[in-house]
Amino acid sequence: MSKEKIQLSEDLADIMPPEYQEMVATATFGNEDRSWKDIGTSKELIEQHSLCAGCPESIAFRFILASIPAPEDSVFVGSTGCTSLVFPHVGVQNIHSLFGNQNAIASGLQRALKLRFPDVYKDVIVLAGDGATVDIGLDMTMQSWFRQEKFTTICFDNELYANTGGQESGLMQKGFVSKMAPVGKKFEKVRLPEIAFESGCHYVACLTVSKPNRVEQVIRNAIYVSREFGPTYVQLYTPCILEIGKQSMEGLDEMKESEAIGQRFVMKEFMTDEVKEFLKEKNAEQKARKKAAKAAVTA
Amino acid sequence: MNKKVEAQDRRILLSETVELGEKTNKGQTVTDPNVLFNEMEREASFLTGSEVIRAAIKRANLDVSVAYPITPQSEAAALIGELYAEGYVREYFRGESEFAVMGQCAGASFGGARVFTTTAGPGTLRAMENFPMWAGSRLPIQVCVTCRGINSPLSIQPDTLEMYYLLETGMLVWHAETAQDLYDWILGGFMVSEQPDVHLPLALCCDGFFVTHTKDTVMLQSDEYCIPAYDPYRSPVPCMDMECPPIRMMRDPFIMKSNYISYMTHASWQQEIHAAVERSRKHTLPIMNGSLIETENLDREILIVASGTAVSQGREAIRLLEEEEGIKVGLVKIKSIRPFPTEEIREATANAKTIFIPEFNIKGWLAREVKSILSNNERVIAGPHVAGGMTMPSEVIVDEIKKSLGVAGPRLESRG
Ligand SMILES: Cc1ncc(C[n+]2csc(CCOP(=O)(O)OP(=O)(O)O)c2C)c(N)n1
Ligand code: SF4
Ligand SMILES: [Mg+2]
Repeated sequence: MSKEKIQLSEDLADIMPPEYQEMVATATFGNEDRSWKDIGTSKELIEQHSLCAGCPESIAFRFILASIPAPEDSVFVGSTGCTSLVFPHVGVQNIHSLFGNQNAIASGLQRALKLRFPDVYKDVIVLAGDGATVDIGLDMTMQSWFRQEKFTTICFDNELYANTGGQESGLMQKGFVSKMAPVGKKFEKVRLPEIAFESGCHYVACLTVSKPNRVEQVIRNAIYVSREFGPTYVQLYTPCILEIGKQSMEGLDEMKESEAIGQRFVMKEFMTDEVKEFLKEKNAEQKARKKAAKAAVTA
Repeated sequence: MNKKVEAQDRRILLSETVELGEKTNKGQTVTDPNVLFNEMEREASFLTGSEVIRAAIKRANLDVSVAYPITPQSEAAALIGELYAEGYVREYFRGESEFAVMGQCAGASFGGARVFTTTAGPGTLRAMENFPMWAGSRLPIQVCVTCRGINSPLSIQPDTLEMYYLLETGMLVWHAETAQDLYDWILGGFMVSEQPDVHLPLALCCDGFFVTHTKDTVMLQSDEYCIPAYDPYRSPVPCMDMECPPIRMMRDPFIMKSNYISYMTHASWQQEIHAAVERSRKHTLPIMNGSLIETENLDREILIVASGTAVSQGREAIRLLEEEEGIKVGLVKIKSIRPFPTEEIREATANAKTIFIPEFNIKGWLAREVKSILSNNERVIAGPHVAGGMTMPSEVIVDEIKKSLGVAGPRLESRG
């Protein structure tokens, strides 16, 4: 879709909702170098959310939606869980159908869009919780990687089933006491980033959402690589402050602590040599574009 | 609801953007289905049901099919793969389970593709969570269900119990008797389920083995023709391809909130799905020769009412009863189970004193359905039933009817 399609009919302009008016006026659609820095100047992709106050998932959503390179041609696939509470407020088409089937939906969707629009990159982006990705949907998550489906899988890892009230999940830390793990979880946190790379993902990143620059970079990397090479996987630590007993203001500290040296969310990135080369070029292109844009403004 | 719709001169409605006469990349001519189904010359072929599925899909202008092996549909699913290799089907792959396959089909349909898949028995039940989701999301996917046993101990044999589970999913559910039904309804099924005021999935059921694995004469049009492509922009809900401006609202209704408005939204959405099932009647008539049922000799006091291959067995039983005992019996063949031909069955059975409902499942779901819509339903005799793969020789139906009429002598024993 091109930005030109987002128009106001003059006859209906006075009754269109303000969100739509804003979208037409200030949308960053069509700007490949849109960035998290646009947050606050344009809100076409997300405004409110219905998550708990201070939930790190909400800021992760904002960073991701501000970073995707082509929202005008992106479709999100979600899953049941806290993430699905946000999608009604998001201005990109998104599919929420069942719990855990997200990578199956995305496989069919991406192939259909490729058939119908062979000359356009229609980015399919899965965004689901850890329960959806690693437990109930693991089969479909991994099978989509084995099959080399060309889309990005993003997992909001809050190390438990938040939406149903804080039960044990495969990405929970060993020993953590929760509902359904009454004497502490008995096995290790599943090493999904490593498994993803082994399973055929061409680009894998695991990090917290404490640093917007980093989140933006990995999301862009993952989407560009998925277009050219095949599946990519991004795991983001978005702690469920409600279930781990933190206050609204404490999410950022929790993420910072967990990404300190020696902790479990030290940033990890895996990619093939080919992908490394490709991303180097992609990033150089972007830098050049930005420089040119800046020069044009100052000239 | 449940109103009979008159056939009149109903025709299949088409998308205005369809270019009739255009050639596909395989050189097939895109043809008005009214012409293709009703006017075009046909030739007889002698095919198994699986081959018939292939023949129909070849003419179906199909975008996507996802496959998974389970008897008795594996052969059909593999034959669709051959069509993909030949270029008649545009995308095809093997999924990892029926749950995943139905998700993959949903994804493709959300993305604006015409989608067909096949499953059976345990596969249908493994996939089950998807079916109400398909209907609720208004995805016009067609799944051919080649019915087989679902219970433990494992059985791969024909049994129609799985259809009972499909009845309230919000899908259209049709039950083919013969390979010819299967062929005609696969093609016609797309035209019905893709109508904007229907836009629902279709479970096209047939009895495994009896239909899939036996050869039958089927009248086919030339494969140089195919039906028009699916037009995703006739969908009553937006196609998920980001070709229309997005709004801050997901495609399914706002069910995540706990308030009256959201409950109402959900309730009315469900009502709308079932209303759309009802609206499919008028579009189905041109596909099913003008009625959701087919009847023979309704003036008779005894009727057999059946669907699927139980109809064929009933027909033969009627011949035997007349020839050998002089007992005259009429027949009602039910073609569509959802929507259910309530008024049609009421009219057809108005004069009947006794109604037999032979079925290939242990619980007799069709008899329950029929009983629930008839007055004086003590007229309905739920049986005979066979299950678990047992065949239902016509003699079993004959015996059931004779027994209830008080005519002596079980036939099977007398056959020695
Ligand atoms: C088939 C099925 N099983 C269980 C559920 C219940 N359920 C809804 S959300 C959820 C937990 C989601 O956890 P996760 O994927 O980690 O997302 P989070 O809420 O933590 O963001 C569960 C178990 C469901 N909706 N469907
Ligand atoms: S329950 Fe946890 S994950 Fe869900 S919105 Fe609240 S803080 Fe966030
Ligand atoms: Mg979680």
